[in-house]
Amino acid sequence: MTLELASVQGVQVEDTGIDTSPLAIRGLTVSYGQKPAVFSVDMTAQPGAMTAIIGPNGAGKSTLLKAALGIVKPLSGQVTVFGAPLEQQRARIAYVPQRSSVDWDFPTRVLDVVLMGLSRELGLLGRIRARHTARAMDCLHRVGMRDFADRQIGQLSGGQQQRVFLARALAQDADLYLLDEPFAGVDAATEKAIIAVLKSLKEAGKTVITVHHDLATVTDYFDHVFLINTRKVAEGPVAQAFTAETLQSAYGGRLATAQIDQISRALG
Amino acid sequence: MLWDALTLQLGYNATLVAVGATLLGVSAGVTGTFLFLRKRALVSDAISHATLPGVCLAFMALVALGGDGRNLIGLLAGSAVSAWVGLLCMNWLTRHTRLAEDAAIGAVLSVFFGLGIVLLTMIQTMGVGRQAGLEGFLLGSTAGMLWADALIIAGGGAATLLLVLILRRPMLQVAFDPEYAAARGLPVNRIDLAMMGLVMAVTVVGLKIVGLILIVALLIIPPVTARFWSDRSDHVVLLAGLAGGAAGYLGAALSASAPNLPTGPIIVLVSFGFFALSMLLAPARGVMAAVLRHLRFQRRVHIRQGLLALAQGQKIYEPLTLRLLRRADIVRADGVATEAGKARAAKALRDEKRWEIVRADQAHEATAALYDGLRDIETVLTRDQIAEIDRRIGGPQGVSA
Repeated sequence: MTLELASVQGVQVEDTGIDTSPLAIRGLTVSYGQKPAVFSVDMTAQPGAMTAIIGPNGAGKSTLLKAALGIVKPLSGQVTVFGAPLEQQRARIAYVPQRSSVDWDFPTRVLDVVLMGLSRELGLLGRIRARHTARAMDCLHRVGMRDFADRQIGQLSGGQQQRVFLARALAQDADLYLLDEPFAGVDAATEKAIIAVLKSLKEAGKTVITVHHDLATVTDYFDHVFLINTRKVAEGPVAQAFTAETLQSAYGGRLATAQIDQISRALG
Repeated sequence: MLWDALTLQLGYNATLVAVGATLLGVSAGVTGTFLFLRKRALVSDAISHATLPGVCLAFMALVALGGDGRNLIGLLAGSAVSAWVGLLCMNWLTRHTRLAEDAAIGAVLSVFFGLGIVLLTMIQTMGVGRQAGLEGFLLGSTAGMLWADALIIAGGGAATLLLVLILRRPMLQVAFDPEYAAARGLPVNRIDLAMMGLVMAVTVVGLKIVGLILIVALLIIPPVTARFWSDRSDHVVLLAGLAGGAAGYLGAALSASAPNLPTGPIIVLVSFGFFALSMLLAPARGVMAAVLRHLRFQRRVHIRQGLLALAQGQKIYEPLTLRLLRRADIVRADGVATEAGKARAAKALRDEKRWEIVRADQAHEATAALYDGLRDIETVLTRDQIAEIDRRIGGPQGVSA
């Protein structure tokens, strides 16, 4: 496939039916003011896969995720989750926002944040019972943060805060996990802990979609990629869609040739 | 006199005012906490100022309908309508223009208040009798408070608290992490509007006692006070209710204990008193605690550094370190280490090595996070864990822990 073709249509390597895909996006356009951040993007997530959304800074990666979740309002386009409209499937989606999106001096403990993941079950007036706490503690255990349950969230390091966010998402026991740059600015221990949890989710048949910025780890961590630069550039299994050509097309001159060579070599 | 006031023995009106002020304080403190946690405290100022045109228009309408214009429910209903309009204007400005919320607050507050003052002046020149009561809504006027007024305050306050109880979880989720709340499918805008609606209800209910200019103090000061005492939002909510209620009760009693003390402003000052005390004295977040913590920390750092210097045979020059070491009987007056001092120095050095291992080991992450260069390792690890670490360090075993 030629480069022009790839950039115009995107590389569509495989296609699961829209009606079953964990997340199917059609013709999504989001604009802040007059300049579209995401333009007419289609995406069909593979069930049970770990997909990385990658692209240069300002390519609309986070915006795509937020629009898929209805956090930002798209200009046009439709989103279906497991074949049904988004609003009907909220309970099956867990979202891990960027760490910087909240005020960490907020008066709340680690455990309380994880319990927020259970808010659907608790309802408006339901009491927090021992089994809820036990489940929250279990989620904290999975991200290696059990000992921190009683701490005020502001006392945590950045990586620990990120893991608490992940634990809150785990508490939802969802089928589709959407994460916004979970590895940004975290320590190596956190990165290891998070990737282990994500892989265990995949093994349990869950679908994981992650905005990711580190090209060097894409092949290690993910089996599918979605390349975006305002428009979709490529989508599919890492081996087919994460290539020197697609990267060149997504990043243009922003990626050093050496980096591309390195990734090509890593891919064999 | 003050004692009589505090025990509600100053007569019917004073008792009504005290009970009303307490209820208002509780509901304002509790409701204000959500506003404070959402970081939109000043919105309440715009809401309260936006009540004035409504009060005036309602008065004019009541007079035009042939009444004397002093029907409290009618006036409060009018104030609620115009506050709601002000709130919607503010929402529209922030969502559909490039104006930031602070600018929108300024615009709505001043325009609505200005309009209200114009209407108030017109009413005063209208020559209708008994309109004097309207200025009371600016700073509150409790002198002629009636049983019916107290009932309105009690009912409004109770209804507000009930709604807060129902909406507390979604409101806290939206305050902490609006994006996550939206991703869960919570209607963030509507929850925000509901929160503002509750604030508006408190404002309207409080017009009679503290008035529209000062109600913002009752909504903001108690939560800020409570925040000094707790790191848990549910506790902050309850403490804010407590602080608000106490301020209302004490303030009302104080103002009743002497002539010519305005109730609303006194309540606000009492509330500020609680705030000032909390700011100074609160155990974890207070100013004094912070100063003490800093001094204690500095002392511990000096002693620790002194011990490490002794263990490594380095000379100590820092006068504060020497003084502290002497006071702790670690060195003698001539600067030579005592026997006990030598033992402590050796242990300090050993602890440093142990900490090094702990901090490099992923399995000890939670413990490692406690490292501050000062803590004795046996306060965070079991004897067995320390023995295991000592085995890894090697060298002489059985150094006391």
